[in-house]
Amino acid sequence: MTPLDILLWVAFPYAAAAVFIVGHIWRYRYDKFGWTTRSSQVYENRLLRIGSPAFHLGILFVLIGHAVGLLVPAEWLEAIGISHEIYHIGATVLGTAAAVLTIGGLAILIYRRRTTGPVFLATTRMDKTMYVFLGATIAFGTAATVLYQVFGAGYEYRGTVGPWTRSLILFQPQPELMTEVPLAFQLHVLAATALFALWPFTRLVHVFSAPVGYLFRPYIVYRSGDGGRAARPARRGWEPMAPPEQRSRSRVGR
Amino acid sequence: MKVMAQMSMVMNLDKCIGCHTCSVTCKQAWTNRTGVEYVWFNNVETRPGIGYPRGYEDQERWQGGWERTKRGRLKLKAGGRISKISKIFSNPKLPEIYDYYEPWTYEYDMLLNAPAGDHTPVAKPKSLITGDDMSISWSANWDDNLGGSTETAASDPVLQHMSEHVAMEFEQTFMFYLPRICEHCLNPSCVASCPSGAMYKRVEDGIVLVDQDACRGWRMCVTGCPYKKVYFNHKTGKAEKCTLCYPRIEVGLPTVCSETCVGRLRYLGLVLYDADRVAAAASVENEHDLLESQRSVFLDPHDPAIIAAARAEGIPDDWIDAAQQSPIWRLIQQYRVALPLHPEYRTMPMVWYIPPLSPVVDVVADSGADGEDARTLFAAIDRLRIPVEYLAGLFTAGDVQPVQATLRKLAAMRSYMRDINLGDERNESIAASVGMTGAEIEEMYRLLAIAKYEERYVIPTAHVEQAEALEEIACSLDYDGGPGMGGAGPFGSSSGPQVPVAVENFHVLQSRQTADRPSTPGRVNLLNWDGLGDPPEGLFPPRSGPGTPEAPGNPAASGSTSGSGPSGPRSPESSS
Repeated sequence: MTPLDILLWVAFPYAAAAVFIVGHIWRYRYDKFGWTTRSSQVYENRLLRIGSPAFHLGILFVLIGHAVGLLVPAEWLEAIGISHEIYHIGATVLGTAAAVLTIGGLAILIYRRRTTGPVFLATTRMDKTMYVFLGATIAFGTAATVLYQVFGAGYEYRGTVGPWTRSLILFQPQPELMTEVPLAFQLHVLAATALFALWPFTRLVHVFSAPVGYLFRPYIVYRSGDGGRAARPARRGWEPMAPPEQRSRSRVGR
Repeated sequence: MKVMAQMSMVMNLDKCIGCHTCSVTCKQAWTNRTGVEYVWFNNVETRPGIGYPRGYEDQERWQGGWERTKRGRLKLKAGGRISKISKIFSNPKLPEIYDYYEPWTYEYDMLLNAPAGDHTPVAKPKSLITGDDMSISWSANWDDNLGGSTETAASDPVLQHMSEHVAMEFEQTFMFYLPRICEHCLNPSCVASCPSGAMYKRVEDGIVLVDQDACRGWRMCVTGCPYKKVYFNHKTGKAEKCTLCYPRIEVGLPTVCSETCVGRLRYLGLVLYDADRVAAAASVENEHDLLESQRSVFLDPHDPAIIAAARAEGIPDDWIDAAQQSPIWRLIQQYRVALPLHPEYRTMPMVWYIPPLSPVVDVVADSGADGEDARTLFAAIDRLRIPVEYLAGLFTAGDVQPVQATLRKLAAMRSYMRDINLGDERNESIAASVGMTGAEIEEMYRLLAIAKYEERYVIPTAHVEQAEALEEIACSLDYDGGPGMGGAGPFGSSSGPQVPVAVENFHVLQSRQTADRPSTPGRVNLLNWDGLGDPPEGLFPPRSGPGTPEAPGNPAASGSTSGSGPSGPRSPESSS
């Protein structure tokens, strides 16, 4: 195991995770106003109506597949009767379907972004960077699946990439598991790690605004001043106006 | 019973001259920013006409508002919670910018900087969306004064609901203006549509606002509002809407549109209502009953039991007092001449309208009859089906009876007051024929015709003890492009921490002094300089040299400010 292996398979993932977590907390505190999907639907609707649902649904299936493949040990699945062969066929078929949906959607969205004038003008440099890493992650992942799972003999990543991921989560990193992994998988992992580090600074933050609460809240929201901004401490120099006696009281009292 | 206070508005359409001052002052105050070029919190439509955005009243197409299910419950017309979330990746009923209009500017720079030639230079229109040349084919008020209506008005959704022959002859018949702002509904479907819970109704005064920090740009509110008065800021990616000028209302000032209304046709005031009964009132089966059911939700501010209940809810005494003085209460409940806009959307709108009598008067006067005679007018109201049916399509879900009753009252007032003006006897029978007394008619006349500022706008101020809480509750318009228009945050347009409105205004002002994009970057625009602060760069020529006293002969007058101050060339007057 070389120092490079330690760097790539221990230091880099942990650094990316730290940036991911701290970055999101910082962004949420500093930039709630910038926390949005930045939708471009008002500029162009026809292509978006196909591309966006295809991409988003595809990527959600991909996410579920990765959670099962990486986080659930193979033995657990076998214990509930999902043998290696069944898993392999299921993962390849479902994964390919999800990939087709994702890549098709992403292709439509990128084509739209490039060719629709107003949408292209509204694309920031950060968006473009993000697209490079997102596209690379998806491309390497698809390449690995096609080369090894669809046309190849099948690579059992549940013996290497899966345990390595879990070893990172359990803070007992085992970088040696990754050294023998085929290059396509390695590149996929590295591109994804980089994407995670970039995540909090892109529009991808909207993933964490999935409106689950909408299902449970009453339709009409009432809000009073008490629950709003005033509850938070004001920045220095921007305290609200108050008569002098109140001001001194609040300074002493609180 | 849960008593709540609602700040609301009534507009007297007979007095609207269609000057668009309200629209322009509102735009200058709130939406003169990039990203909201196409946004008109206040617009004035010529009716019959298709309104703004085009055909917004066609809810079969846009799916705004509520509908009643067979089981008698209300559901969002565009789909409930599950359906909304399933459509979150692409909202199928969102208007595109081209359904409003493509905003543009003109290449003014060409007028000054074109090279010498044989032809007069022309300022071509440039799209504010793409920056390219464009040909202007539509805007917010394209059918003003029925301009082009022979082609467009046939698609007026209200006309389409009327019988065939009406569409052919309406143009000779009548025309009036309809100013529109956000309705600040009691049962707002935009709030119900927001997946993020960012839209809310203020408990204190019922104003509906968008929390810009919580909005995530899902755009469901734009679809949810049947009046299409929530707009998507395409630069910041957030929804914005009319705020009923809440910073002005809080200190007792009327909204900008009301303040600047040339015809003085707007009234502002409080209405007390029972929040517990709103849902039931909005779900009555027959659309024609919605007007009465909404009226039944309002509470009489003079009733001692109501006053006690209001106090128990923490409504301050001066607010109850303001509710008693409210012109809105008088127009809606006492004289019953104001009607809501499209009650059939079931949102319980709170900007009401006094329908115009002028279409009827015009026809009567044109026919050579006496346009101020009560009996002639009454007969005309009964006979003139077209304008009355049209008004009913706007204000009473198609029920002509309340419109006729309202118009009769206005006709009676016209006739009764004519007698007084001519020095004749007061004719009580005219008043009695519309179920009023002469004294009531004179009071109503006073309110409609000559009410002064304080009578038209009865606005209690926000309370000092509430002021700190109310100050800068997350609001629609704290921002434009994050901390100041020029300085976008690190994440592209519009990022960064919260900036108080006052600071934001400072930045906006500063950047406006030096920027008049897109044609002349770096040029000073004096029209935008308010005279405060340092003069814009380039306004005065640079000094001949640093340290040269301005008035060498009189060092005492310039005092310590003379010499090489860092503030640059600045006249002593402007620094005071």
